[in-house]
Amino acid sequence: MSDLLNVSTSPHIRSEDTTQSIMLDVAIALIPASIFGVYQFGLKALFIILTSVISCVMTEYIYEKLMGRRVTITDGSALVTGILLALNLSSEVPLWIPLLGGIFAILIVKQLFGGIGQNFMNPALAARCFLVISFARRMTTFTLDGVSGATPLAYLKEGKTVDVLAMFLGQIPGTIGETSVLAIVIGVVYLLVKKIITLRIPAAYIGTFLIFIILFGGHGLDPNFILGHLCGGGLMLGAFFMATDYTTSPITPNGQILYGIVLGILTGIFRIFGGSAEGVSYAIIFSNLLVPIMEHITLPTPFGKERAQHGK
Amino acid sequence: MGLGTFKGGIHPYDGKELSKKTPIKTILPKGDLVYPLLQHIGAPASPVVKKGDRVLAGQKIGDAAGMISSNIICSVSGTVKAIEPRLTVSGAMTEAIVVENDGEYETLAGVGAKRDYTGLSKVEIRNIIKEAGIVGMGGAGFPTHVKLSPRDDSKIDYVIVNGSECEPYLTSDYRLMLEKPKTIIDGLKVSLRLFKNAKGIIAVEDNKPDAAIKLQELVKEEPNIEVAVLHTKYPQGAERVLIYAVTGRKINSSMLPADAGCIVINVDTAASICLAVCESTPLMRRIITVTGDAIQNPANFSVKTGMNYQELVEAAGGWKTQPKKILSGGPMMGIALYTTAVPVIKTSSALIGMIRDEVALSVSPPHLRSAENYEPGSCIRCGRCLRVCPSNIIPQMLREYADRNDVEGYEKRGGMECCECGSCSYICPAKLRLTQSFRQIRRSILDSKRKK
Repeated sequence: MSDLLNVSTSPHIRSEDTTQSIMLDVAIALIPASIFGVYQFGLKALFIILTSVISCVMTEYIYEKLMGRRVTITDGSALVTGILLALNLSSEVPLWIPLLGGIFAILIVKQLFGGIGQNFMNPALAARCFLVISFARRMTTFTLDGVSGATPLAYLKEGKTVDVLAMFLGQIPGTIGETSVLAIVIGVVYLLVKKIITLRIPAAYIGTFLIFIILFGGHGLDPNFILGHLCGGGLMLGAFFMATDYTTSPITPNGQILYGIVLGILTGIFRIFGGSAEGVSYAIIFSNLLVPIMEHITLPTPFGKERAQHGK
Repeated sequence: MGLGTFKGGIHPYDGKELSKKTPIKTILPKGDLVYPLLQHIGAPASPVVKKGDRVLAGQKIGDAAGMISSNIICSVSGTVKAIEPRLTVSGAMTEAIVVENDGEYETLAGVGAKRDYTGLSKVEIRNIIKEAGIVGMGGAGFPTHVKLSPRDDSKIDYVIVNGSECEPYLTSDYRLMLEKPKTIIDGLKVSLRLFKNAKGIIAVEDNKPDAAIKLQELVKEEPNIEVAVLHTKYPQGAERVLIYAVTGRKINSSMLPADAGCIVINVDTAASICLAVCESTPLMRRIITVTGDAIQNPANFSVKTGMNYQELVEAAGGWKTQPKKILSGGPMMGIALYTTAVPVIKTSSALIGMIRDEVALSVSPPHLRSAENYEPGSCIRCGRCLRVCPSNIIPQMLREYADRNDVEGYEKRGGMECCECGSCSYICPAKLRLTQSFRQIRRSILDSKRKK
């Protein structure tokens, strides 16, 4: 050893958490919902997930190679985007849909705006909305056990009742990952235990949405209607996995609550008053656009400055 | 009483088990003693001896120059060999007095004489503390006699003795609280003589229950002193955070603790006050933890100031493994050394040898990097930095201002409230060097203000 050592300015230690470990934890938390999707919809669901993931990762790799940037596919964020996109697709879509969606998510939404941490919209959801608008029929055809049928939310929209237990367990038509609340909750518990997410956004989101549908849903406190709306559609997947996306949600604590409230109101408006039965995806990508404003109006007061600021 | 705490903070691996069980051992220097004239905040002391002079232990060799400065005391007897620039912990060459130790440890007449502090006036107490060269031993090195002289003595409600020792690996304060609790309490009692309305509080983190219990027993009969047990969390011992955890009062970066009616001193500072006032012994020793996974026998030593760091390593059994990084102070706020050929100064709390340099992992070329990914990446806006920040500012946003050198934006967003505790850099999953950016811009802002 030479007698002289490296020096650097403090701190000299680093926590074990890395971007990669966080993304892997999110991917792990999505495993129950993915497995349930494959169990429910068969191998075609698995192929959709794989296509989506490969599309996302390869798009990132090729783009960064072409642009001469550092290749960041090992950070796991493209993997998570790929899984989330697939979980938001119907099991009936042809494989070019996840392929195209993956390219759109990574290339247009993420990389063109500067890559990880810079996208202003959730890539997976933006891609889903792009696909829904472009290929509406293919994207909204759902089946269960080979029989195509309407989703429970569509039934609720028509004023019918739904089987809430089946919705909780996931025995309903829907996208690959959104049907089973149980599978999603298992993943959420993992994220909470690992402290990857806090309950601030999901709780504000679901709580606000709950109040909204009680007030404006037209069914008052009808438990079937309320529980049906809570378990149905992408609400659980969206509230816990996509509204909590770090990059596209506010980092200030009060901003997160505000964001959850806005999401709840928008989802309620889209579901109750909108043309479509669904509303989570649009609520989230629209609210993503408001994040800078929400952060700006909820900046925390520095420690010890409270009095000075109130005095002004 | 509930545990005092604050919002934010981190829980890094604390490494204290390496050295917490070894009692403080006094070791004597072998080589020359080096006394930098600047080992405190403020103006460097000016030498009052010259080359060839014979000096005694306890003798003042550097005189405080200016309002904020501190005396330098010789810790051995011997001959002044040189007054020349020497390398110090900070990495800079600083004017220093070099003394050749004659091994006699002959002390100046009067040193060690017992004294009853109750008969002393405030002026006398402050003068003794000033003459003894006492500075904040927690690391900052602010001259203690200045700290103990607020504008209005009667407005001080609390004298807080900081025994939180929240930095990982450090155990010197802990050992001192276990082994010399009475000295600490006496130092606090002396300080309380200065402030007639003040109450004394000794703050200890709850990872040191034995120390807290010991202190509690000893202050049971003291109507004016109590022990506050605090939640173990870094940076619990940071002055502003500590004041809040103990009293619920908040001060910002442009206020002094005295503005909130508080004075905060480190436990070893309190002990040094007791030694100076009650035993006529100026500050000549430092209790230092020598530890880390690269050290053979981690230990707590009581050493003469001016002693070489390399001798401490040898006293602790030498290196077990070649260290990748050597720190003076704790891993969160300490200074990395490129050599151990520097002297122990008044604020040297620890010498840590680490076999792994987590920061270098993130700058070394890929083939030398370990499997762990410590390379600084892109911010993913996870908000962890904001969650851990004790100053409740947003490191994520401030970093952009700092890296663009946007002074106005940085100040507007409260960037000057940063206490450089390092929590954000520690927690950042993208391994961004947040504290480092802030340190740079804060220094330049403070410097330009000083010039005006």
